[in-house]
Amino acid sequence: MTQQEALFKYVLRLGDNALIQGHRLSEWCSKGPILEEDLALTNIALDNIGLAQALLKYAAEIEGLGKTEDDLAYKRPERQFYNNQITELPIGNFAFTIAKQLLISSFEFHLYTALSQSSDETIAGIAAKGLKEVRYHFVHSRDWCYRLGEGTELSHDKLQQAFNELWMYTGELFEMGEEDNLLISQGIAVNLQGLLTKWKETVSTVLTEATIDIPADGFMQTGSRNGIHTEHLGHLLAEMQYLQRAYPDAKW
Amino acid sequence: MATDTQLDLWEVFIQSKSGGHHTHVGSVHASDKQMALQNARDIYTRRKEGTSIWVVPSIYFTASTTEDADMLFDPSDDKLYRHPTFYEMPEGTKQI
Repeated sequence: MTQQEALFKYVLRLGDNALIQGHRLSEWCSKGPILEEDLALTNIALDNIGLAQALLKYAAEIEGLGKTEDDLAYKRPERQFYNNQITELPIGNFAFTIAKQLLISSFEFHLYTALSQSSDETIAGIAAKGLKEVRYHFVHSRDWCYRLGEGTELSHDKLQQAFNELWMYTGELFEMGEEDNLLISQGIAVNLQGLLTKWKETVSTVLTEATIDIPADGFMQTGSRNGIHTEHLGHLLAEMQYLQRAYPDAKW
Repeated sequence: MATDTQLDLWEVFIQSKSGGHHTHVGSVHASDKQMALQNARDIYTRRKEGTSIWVVPSIYFTASTTEDADMLFDPSDDKLYRHPTFYEMPEGTKQI
């Protein structure tokens, strides 16, 4: 793997995580439990899509084939997406969305904190901007965990159920490939294994406060580093990419 | 009447720039003050409108009634001398 290939794949992964998570959250548009929460979730979706735009633009530059961020988002097949599988999971019920957001935001908080010190200035710049948004996403989902966890028996059980179902998708967040190892030695990428303890501490603190049991580590899903996904990504892309697939280069 | 399932109502005040006053911009629904602040942030400051937010439960507001308007406000109609227009503005003062 060349330096260019490693950097491309690394930035693509960061961009794909933001893009797919953003797209999933946008599915709450007009379906939020109350108007205010509808706006809150779609605001977070927009933050993610903005971040994806910046990262995929940079990835396209690195690739050097004259593509745009839109080409990368709308014209790549499923097997060339490197987002963590947790991001592509359907939004489920509100508790599931909140639990998923908490797990992802806690991870992104530590990731972007570290990446804002990256020796790659573009990555550092995007991460520093993203970090401000991620801090808010974290606070938003954390406070909802408190409310649902300490709310009614039903809301508590739904939140507990969500964390139980999501836990097997968290192992993948910390997996590293050839590109990670190559870029870590140059101070560009972050050693994800080093974030695991911090992430677990952040998540455990929130779950304990929310009276939710921390699920035990068991079987962990894997595959996205090699473009292997759950059955859900294909359906998501079919919808997200429909327009550009049906009418290539359509503009409005 | 159907029960309101939209949580409690809060009034939102936004300060548009640091040092300025907070202006009432509208209201949000929320179950607690953190949620009220976050909802206000998401709804009223998405386009860089604010530098600070106040939220106050709407139940703590008391309003004057329209029936009392003549009693409350008409008496000041003919008291022009209460405006500070009869004083000389100190040189260089922009606001008083």
